[in-house]
Parts: sequence; C-alpha cells; structure tokens
Amino acid sequence: MRRAHFKFSWIVPLLLAPQLLVIFTFFYWPSAQALYWAFTLEQPWGGGNTWVGWDNFRKVLSDPYYWGSVRVSVIYALATTVLAMGMALTLALFVDRQLAGYRVWRVGIIWPYAVAAPAVGLAFQFVFNPGAGIFSYINTVSPGWWDLSKYPWQAVTAIVIAGAWKQVAYSFIFFLAALQSIPRSLTEAAAMDGARPLRRMLDLQLPLLTPTFFFLLVINITDSFTDSFGIVDTLTGGGPFRATDLMVYKIYSDGFRGLDYSGAAAQSIILMGLVMALTFIQFRYIERRVHYT
Amino acid sequence: MTQKLATATLLALAATAGTASAERAKFEYWYGLTGDLGAVVAETCNRFNASQDKFEAVCVGQDGYEKAVQNTIAAFRAGKHPTLLQSFDAGTADLMLSGEFYPVTKLMADTGVTIDWADYFPGIANYYSSKSGEFFSMPWNSSTPVYYWNKDLFAKAGLTEAPITWEGMEAAFKALKTAGVDCPYAYAPSSWIDLEQFSMAHGVPVASKNNGYDGLDSELLFNTTLHVKHMENIKRWLDEGLAQLRTPAAGKSSRDSFVEGECAVFFSSIADHNTIHKLTPAFAWDVQIIPTYEGVERKNTVVGGASLWVLSGKTEDEYKAAAAYLAFLATKPEQQFLLENSGYIPVTKSTYEALKAEGFYAKEPYINRDIAMKSLTWTEPTPLTRGIRLGSFIQIRSEWTSEVEAALAGQKTMKEALDTAVARGNDHLKRFAQTYAGKSFP
Repeated sequence: MRRAHFKFSWIVPLLLAPQLLVIFTFFYWPSAQALYWAFTLEQPWGGGNTWVGWDNFRKVLSDPYYWGSVRVSVIYALATTVLAMGMALTLALFVDRQLAGYRVWRVGIIWPYAVAAPAVGLAFQFVFNPGAGIFSYINTVSPGWWDLSKYPWQAVTAIVIAGAWKQVAYSFIFFLAALQSIPRSLTEAAAMDGARPLRRMLDLQLPLLTPTFFFLLVINITDSFTDSFGIVDTLTGGGPFRATDLMVYKIYSDGFRGLDYSGAAAQSIILMGLVMALTFIQFRYIERRVHYT
Repeated sequence: MTQKLATATLLALAATAGTASAERAKFEYWYGLTGDLGAVVAETCNRFNASQDKFEAVCVGQDGYEKAVQNTIAAFRAGKHPTLLQSFDAGTADLMLSGEFYPVTKLMADTGVTIDWADYFPGIANYYSSKSGEFFSMPWNSSTPVYYWNKDLFAKAGLTEAPITWEGMEAAFKALKTAGVDCPYAYAPSSWIDLEQFSMAHGVPVASKNNGYDGLDSELLFNTTLHVKHMENIKRWLDEGLAQLRTPAAGKSSRDSFVEGECAVFFSSIADHNTIHKLTPAFAWDVQIIPTYEGVERKNTVVGGASLWVLSGKTEDEYKAAAAYLAFLATKPEQQFLLENSGYIPVTKSTYEALKAEGFYAKEPYINRDIAMKSLTWTEPTPLTRGIRLGSFIQIRSEWTSEVEAALAGQKTMKEALDTAVARGNDHLKRFAQTYAGKSFP
C-alpha cells in the first residue's frame, strides 16, 4: 500500500490548538499543580507553602484507614463493573432480539445515564433508608436487620447497587450498538444450521462483542474509581465508620472539607497512578484476548 | 402608543436605577445558612438596603457553611472573593493564621463606626477575639446547646422537673423506661455537644495549651478526661435500652424522634427551639441546660453558630459599606428581627436586658428560650472555657464521630475509640502546625 504524504502546513497546528489549549488548561495544568502540592504543605488561603518531599505520600500510605479506603474502592469498582456490564449485556441481548415493546425499553434503559450521581444517591435513599425506604419493610419483619448506619456490608451493597444502576445505561448503549452491527447474514446462517437463540448468543454474538466488552471494561473501571463521589455523598456520607469512604470521597473530605490541600493532592496522584496502572494491565493482558474484526 | 409609553417608562426606570446604584457603594456578602434561615439572612440585606441609600449589600447564599468557606477560598485565590463571609467556627483556624482578614475592631475604628465592644457577652467576645481583646469577626447568629424534654412523658413517669445532672438524667431515663417509654433518650453523636460543650461545662480540657489558645503545638487530651466516662455511659444507656441511636442514616433524626413524641429527650442547639415550635408537637415540652456530673463545679458553655468575617484585599468603599451593614446588624431591632425569625440568642447584654424588660421571653413562642443565656453566662469564662482554637478541627471532629460510631456499633471499646481519635487528631494538629510553621494564633 502506498502511504500518503502531506506537506507540513500551518493549518494542522492551528486546528489542533483549541483542543490542546482546552486539554492543557483543564488537565495538564491542574495535574501539574496537584503534583506540586503533593510535595509541599500548602496553606489554603495562599500565603505560601513548605517543601516536604515525600512526607505527604508516606503519611497517606502508612495510614491503615487509607488502605481500608483503597480496599473498598477496589471492591466497589469490581462489583459495580461486573454488575453493570452483566445487566447491560443481558438487557441489550433481549432488546436486540426485538422482544415485545423493545422500542420502549430501549429508550427507558438509556435514561438513567442522564441522571446526575447525587440524584441517583438521593433516589436510592428512598429505597435503602432503614426507617422510611422500601427496605424498611424488611425491618417490619425482623426489626433492626437492615441498618445502613450499623452494618458496613449493607452500606457497601447499597452504593454498589446505586453505582451499577447508573452505569448500566452507558454500557447498554454500546452493547446494543455492537449487537446491531453484527451482520444479519451471520446470525441467519447460524439459525439455518440449527443454532437456537441461546447457542447463537454464546457462540456467535458474544465472541464478536469482545472489542466492545474490552472498551466498556476499561471505561467502567475508570468511572467507578473517579465518578462515585455523588452517590457516596448522598447515600452514606462515607460511613458507617469509614466503611464506604472511597478514595475519591476521601480526597474530597480531606481536601475541601478539611482544607488539607496537600494531603488530598497526594491522594489524587495515587488514585491517578492506580487508575493508570489498572488501565495498563487491562491493555497488556486482557486486550490480547480481544479479536478485532 | 402604549408600547412607546412602556419603553419610555422602562428607560426612565433603568436610568434612575442606574444612577441610584452608581451612587451606592456596593459590597458582596456570602453566607452559609440555608432554607428558612438563609431567607432570614437575605431579608436582613433587604432591610439594610431599604434603611439607607448610601450602601448596598449584595448577598449570595452558598449552600451551607462548609461550601461558603470552600467557595470563598477558591474565589480568594482567584482574587474574586466577597468582602464579607459568614463562617462557622471550625472553618476559621486557617483564616486566622493566614491573616487575610480585616479584624472588625480595626475596621470599625478605621471607618469611624462606633460599636460598644464591652456590651458583648464575655462568652461570645472571648470566642471571637484575639488575646489582646480585638474582635476578629462580628458575632451574629449565636447559639449554645440545651436539651429538649417531653413534659407529658416525664409526667407519665411521675417527673415534673428536668434534671441538670447526668445522675439525675439516668434516674429519669430509668423512670421513663419503667413507665413504658421505649425511647427515653434519642441519641445522635455530636462532637459539638458530647465533646466540646461537655468539656466546657465540666471545665475539663479538650486539648493542652488551654485548648490551643496558647500555641499551635497543643495536643488533644479528651481521652484522659471525664469525657471518656460520659461516652462509656452513653454506650451503656444504649445497650440497656435507656437510649436509642437516632440519626438520619439510621432512619430518623433525633429531632424528628422527639417531635413525633417517640423519644422523651434529645440534645441540640437552642436554634432548634424555633423549628420545634413551628413543627407544633402534640405534647407539652420545654428546654433545659445541658447536665453536668455530680461533684463537678459547673462552668459556662460557649457559643456555636457563625460569625461574619471581613476579608482583605477590598476597596475602602466596600469596607465602609460592610462596616455599615455590620453595625446595622448589631442594633437592637435587627438582633430582635433575627431572634423572632430563628432560635438564635442575643449577642449583647443591652439587647438582652431590653428584651427581658419588654417581656419578650415571657410570651410564646419565646418562653424559656433564654435558658441558653443562663448556660452561656453560668460563670465567667476560664482559660479552659473560652472556647477551642485548634487547626484541622473539621477533621478532628470527623475522627471523633467515626471512632465513636465504631464503638457504639461494638467494633471496639469506647476507650480504644477515643484513644484512636486522639492519636489521629494529634497527627492532624502536627500537620497543621507544620503548615503554619513559625506562626501563632493572634
């Protein structure tokens, strides 16, 4: 194949400039600032800072509660991703089968993605509240069994369900689009060979979905690490006794509520590193199994 | 024709509005109160703007004290901050050390506004002023904790008086329980009430160096004082069914549990007095000062609520306007306006005396609300009951809350929990001192 060669033109940097400027202003510059703060003790009202080297990182990493926060963040990320992608895939397969009323479902399932995280948290408050929510019916049967303020596992379950519910829509759109781009001729050929719907899903559709699957895995894991703040804030506030203190929520409470800008900056850098490492691992080891057609 | 007329009127209006606002010196005020109380703040601005034509207050609600501080810091770093900020006590240690504020005593002197600083209650004055007695910020919405009790339920248990000792409280809880009240005491952990005000009333320290007033190198002490015994008692009452944990996360807040008649006692700020009246409970109720343990000489409690800070880096006109607004708020009619529309207390002696003389506290819904004044002025403030001046205090409070919750859920003993809270709190204090190395509270 012949490669096309273009002469250098000022048009290229000119067209790229606005986008690069936006990325620089809203990503590189704040990230560089955070990196700098992570090695200093920054006074919130300005007025200078002191260089402390790795102290902020040492302090964060030697705190047992911080590791608790990392642990619950990983649990949350894995659980929401599995739950959300599993539900999205199931729903997409059914919508793709064009079961009765699928047009209505299609629109209905996409909607939750448009709901802001704090609103999701608030809505689930009505479900999970031990005194007034739907789950309070459990307490009428066995009093005191359901109590988000007392049992860490219940609080974690609650935020996982709320988080997964919000993520389902996004994955659903991609799964459905991917399913619909599978050529009809393939499914029809399989059907003529006698493959029933379930067999066609397992042997034909799912393998063809792997690129989408991989893309969604990366996006969902990244999202559940960084976008869980609103749900935690409205649903549990990080409690009971730090059981749902996700990394991103801890950054908020230390940095903005507690005005410890430097400690929060160090935590942001660690979170960024963790998400980057996870993404790298996924590309390195999982992408090998992906077949792009 | 009508359209032309309308346009002409509009233009004329715009012109007059334009000149009016050009003459008036404007200043911006960011406040943290929300809901009904936020509306009261906005109304004080309207009243101020209507009362004179030289200055104009532009008041912007910031959705909570914490957000008000956060937003102001962000704006300050960008040079777009307001002249006046309503901030709660726990958020101001950083502001005090940064020096980026204009002490109100100095502001009033510089702008030629006279305020009788000696008229402020000592408990309030000490809280908001420097060692030399200069006011940092202007006291405005002030409160102190009390407890609310259900007279009908107490009568059912044969009790007519609200005890002022914890021993008396325990006896009352037991009597209530025997009389068939399932929830004598609706408990919600509050570091402000259970730790800070408890320590004030008992004259025991929260931290060394006179609760931080005498140096940034102070250390928390609350795991060594009477506070431990008190928290262990609370845990025991919860276990024995004399108290129940009532928080929003557990389904129902302690206030709702009280107002609905389920629980006989709950602790809160006097600011709730007005709210509970509005909710019209179906029983007789009253307020009482927070109890102390027998054998302890009771001391004063300190103010909670918020004060108004004047920030640095604004123009002389803005400072004049802000000074006029602050002086306006300090007048008797304006303090009374706040009192009538909230549960807060008067901040100056003269206003309190005048209100008492007018019979303000003798008629509903204000009866007995000045019990808060009794609590605040029980003794002259001692070095341990001036207040608390610690950095990173928001984090220390949250360490306390998380640890106490863990102890109440049976994950560790109360002593272990408080030891952990102190150790972690001390780390925060060290970090804070390191951030402001070489500085001290003014």
